[in-house]
Amino acid sequence: MHKASFRPAGDRAIVASFGEAISEELNAEVLGLDSSLAQNPIAGVIESVPTYRSLLVYYDPTKLRYRRLERELAKRSRSLSSAVPRNGRTIEIPVRYGDVYGEDLSDVAQYCGLSEAEVIARHSGRDYRIYMLGFLPGFAYLGGMDSSLATPRLDTPRKSIPAGSIGIGGEQTGIYPLASPGGWRLIGRTPLKPYDPRREPPILYRPGDFIRFRSVDDDEFEDIRASL
Amino acid sequence: MSSGFRIVKAGLQCSVQDSGRIGYQSYGIATSGALDLRSLAIANILVGNPAGEAALEAALIGPELEIESGNIMAITGADMEPRLNGEAVPQYAAFAVNPGDILSLGAAVSGCRAYIAFAGGLDLPLVMGSRSTNFMCSLGGFEGRALRADDSIGFRSPFAPLDPDSRRRARTENFSGQVATLRVVAGPQDEFFTQAGIDTFYEAEYRLTERSDRMGCVLEGPIVQAKGKTDIVSDGIPLGAIQIPSHGKPIIMLAERQTTGGYAKIATVISTDIPLLAQRRPGEKVAFKRVSLGVARRVALAEIAQLAELRRDLKRGN
Repeated sequence: MHKASFRPAGDRAIVASFGEAISEELNAEVLGLDSSLAQNPIAGVIESVPTYRSLLVYYDPTKLRYRRLERELAKRSRSLSSAVPRNGRTIEIPVRYGDVYGEDLSDVAQYCGLSEAEVIARHSGRDYRIYMLGFLPGFAYLGGMDSSLATPRLDTPRKSIPAGSIGIGGEQTGIYPLASPGGWRLIGRTPLKPYDPRREPPILYRPGDFIRFRSVDDDEFEDIRASL
Repeated sequence: MSSGFRIVKAGLQCSVQDSGRIGYQSYGIATSGALDLRSLAIANILVGNPAGEAALEAALIGPELEIESGNIMAITGADMEPRLNGEAVPQYAAFAVNPGDILSLGAAVSGCRAYIAFAGGLDLPLVMGSRSTNFMCSLGGFEGRALRADDSIGFRSPFAPLDPDSRRRARTENFSGQVATLRVVAGPQDEFFTQAGIDTFYEAEYRLTERSDRMGCVLEGPIVQAKGKTDIVSDGIPLGAIQIPSHGKPIIMLAERQTTGGYAKIATVISTDIPLLAQRRPGEKVAFKRVSLGVARRVALAEIAQLAELRRDLKRGN
């Protein structure tokens, strides 16, 4: 177990920090504290934002004093487990790999010394844990990519990447939830809408969930897209 | 949709904002909302609305509107010398408008952002519990974007009947002034900076650059010396966080900020002083003063009491 430290983040938020590293154990405690707030809310707490290693808790200082909130969070932190729970949902993400959907698949395969089919097999054949969402609405920071797929980012980022694109940037892989600029190597695209403001919740997944990519062909890609 | 008003000229950046979209930051969705929540609240109270009701936020150059149905409205915040059919109308006071009236705001002569509230608020859908425009996600407000010429927005039914003849006024606020001193709470990552760097931060004056918008204000001024690199493993970014990237110049994060980020935060502007920053224009200056959480809480409570008193006074008919 990591010892949590607490600091004011302005007059309306407190940050509970569990360390400086990116590790599943540390993140498990962050998400544990976050879910304790969801299950047993503290009056005066407004919302919370989990990251790799800390939980930012927004509160209303006219209803809840800092010291009381800190004491309560510290008490809850002491009973957290760093065992990585497997109670997150597993969200399957269908992906049409390569061709116009993933223009950089052949470059990634070449860089890694693998066939395109092998890149697809290694990328889709495992679960990725969601550490946190941030940077863009619904952008998931995933852990657990096969290190043999690590490929440097593009020297020049693309000005616009279609929503649903799947990319590899260094040791990381992820999904672009909405059209945006970006420098990751694109290997495929999902017909799902990871982010849809008309849906509740608007994002398909939460921190602590797992993502599993599944390779689909053109027909299935179009079927899924048409069914949304 | 009921008629309300039509945009004749949009001004520089005019968008629909309320008190913000709460509860979606863990998905990476910013709160958005008015940058100057105090001016928003005063405008709303003047027209009998809840303090956080949706209104127009206009930056630097205000819009021109054609009124399509009669209502009571009020304008607060930056002084954009509003005119109704060519005649000056006061800010910080409610006034009646009739179909065919032209309301025009000009360039701000002091302050940066004006708030234009209508009794009943704006007839736009709630998206994730808010009518605020989120530019990055293109959601909320009017089609998720800044207003343009010929956009029309309806009014909702008034929350309370207002006597159009009663004088509903609040004290005018002035946002000119050489330097706005922003009170801050230290941290959460001030240990990344040398004592000399921290001294510089609290003693120097910083100028807002042109790169100041609803996401944040990029400041120009003396470099804040760090002990080493100021990259951190990403954590949440609170409203008012003052990040110091490796170039050593502060960036203050506002309502449309990214929810998480990876630069050390030397201090965080207290919520009561965010409106002072929101009313600074590019080229104007700010300085920082460290206060305790106790002081921050007292001034927040004092402001709540002041706004409640304004609402009571208006109810009694001044």
